[in-house]
Amino acid sequence: MDLVEQVTDFEKALLSLDRLAAQNILVRPPDGTSILDYLDNIVVPALEEIGRKWSSGQVALAQVYMSGRICEELVNQLLPAESPDRRNQPRLALVVLEDYHLLGKRMLYAILRASGYNLLDYKRMDVDELVERTLQDRIEVLLISVLMLPSALRVKVLVEKLAQAGAGVKVIVGGAPFRLDDQLWREVGADAMCRTASEAVTTIFRIWGGVR
Amino acid sequence: MNKPVMTSMQRVLTTLSHQEPDRVPLFLLPTLHGARELGLSIKDYFASAENVVRGQLLLRKKYQNDCLDAFFYAPIEVEAWGGEVIYREDGPPNSGEPFIRSLDQIKALEPPRPAETPCLRKVLDAIDLMKKAVQDEVPIIAVVISPFSLPVMQLGFDRYLDLLYEQPAIFWNLMQINIEFCVAWANAQVQAGATAICYFDPLSSPTNIPRDLFIKTGFPIARQVFSRTKSPIVMHLASGSTIGILDDIISLGAAVVGVSAAENLTEIKQLCRNKLTILGNMNGITMRHWTLSEAEDIIKNILRQAGSGGGFILSDNHGEIPYQVADEILLNIAALVRKWGIYPLDWTSV
Repeated sequence: MDLVEQVTDFEKALLSLDRLAAQNILVRPPDGTSILDYLDNIVVPALEEIGRKWSSGQVALAQVYMSGRICEELVNQLLPAESPDRRNQPRLALVVLEDYHLLGKRMLYAILRASGYNLLDYKRMDVDELVERTLQDRIEVLLISVLMLPSALRVKVLVEKLAQAGAGVKVIVGGAPFRLDDQLWREVGADAMCRTASEAVTTIFRIWGGVR
Repeated sequence: MNKPVMTSMQRVLTTLSHQEPDRVPLFLLPTLHGARELGLSIKDYFASAENVVRGQLLLRKKYQNDCLDAFFYAPIEVEAWGGEVIYREDGPPNSGEPFIRSLDQIKALEPPRPAETPCLRKVLDAIDLMKKAVQDEVPIIAVVISPFSLPVMQLGFDRYLDLLYEQPAIFWNLMQINIEFCVAWANAQVQAGATAICYFDPLSSPTNIPRDLFIKTGFPIARQVFSRTKSPIVMHLASGSTIGILDDIISLGAAVVGVSAAENLTEIKQLCRNKLTILGNMNGITMRHWTLSEAEDIIKNILRQAGSGGGFILSDNHGEIPYQVADEILLNIAALVRKWGIYPLDWTSV
């Protein structure tokens, strides 16, 4: 089976919530391929395609969530949580800013873990606490998920405080208000916006100087 | 020739019967703006039925709105079950930590009784006062969260999706409890004077779950609630897409559907014409920075796509105007409906 077929079959297995079929595809990297390259070749494109299909209305959010969860479980078997082979650069954290809707962050966490990243989960924080933790942990890319407009607007205050504190962090935002107003991320001073959780992998590469 | 001026109720009933009233009805739903009108914090505003009634009446006068909105805030329904509500100064209250911490709690859950639950009693009192104030001249729209969507707040969204996919027996147990609550809550509001119930069911949108899952879950749940609710029902998917399930919504017997700003309104109108009234679909998030000329272009475009033949009410796409939308913008919208929404909409064919 060639790589394109593998990715297509893996995506199909995820969307039909067929864990066993997904597991049978994601067995181990071929000889000479690193585990991260293996994830980049199969898991990342499959999740990105599912994200694209959600954006265009072809699949539902629940399928995106369940796909991410299945991938996270499978990848944890291949690449345990504390494995030194996980990606440690850039230093990542994700957070829900000032609201109480955690699904977006949960999906993002699963997708980034399934893509081989190590990252800190700050759960829910307000602006001042988040500035302090970002500086303390020397975070390089901060991923922020929000559902409510007032929380999205608070990103502006956060970005200003991070800049005043001299943090060199890049801020990526996502969530409903940013999808409904595609200029809002610029208005609040973020470095980038993701329309779907799976766009985060490519966006991190892009704003951190890499290319995918 | 223009038609004689109608009351808001006549205007809305005419459009619901897929006829053209004197003008396009406007349902501006600035739930939170009443607090600003009264100079109160959002928390203080929602502390009493009288505040909300005064706020709604002032807003109606200001914007010549065609309904009164009896909706307080979504987490009032988890507050009724003992859950936490967290207020903020610049937006709607949020639900706090989900109150169902373990699935074992579900079988022992007792649905709250609306008339005996202080936060719900407050809403019933507000509806009663609204009804006394407007009689049958203005429709009063009340809201219930669907039994199918309520667990997003009861359990948290991720845990709820896990339950939905992996533990059907417990899911249906929770649904039976929620259905009983939802029907009682809807009918209590109807009895208090609500004209219609807005059934707020974002989870059923194809944006959130695939249609085949909806047909097995959200659809039969809605059918149970709709068949037992003693008023017309507005099916609102809270800015989720509707197109993939519009025929299902029609078959449920809904009178109105709230549609998303991201959807093709022309296509929706074709699917709904003479069957289902469309409510929508101004984007409340971008509305914050609409200039008069942008607002005019947007409203004309919406009316051009969906206004003809009645069966249409202009509103936002989420069911609540963000607090950040300035009064001036809402006044512009109200004025533009009176300028461009007079039937017949002859200008749309020019």
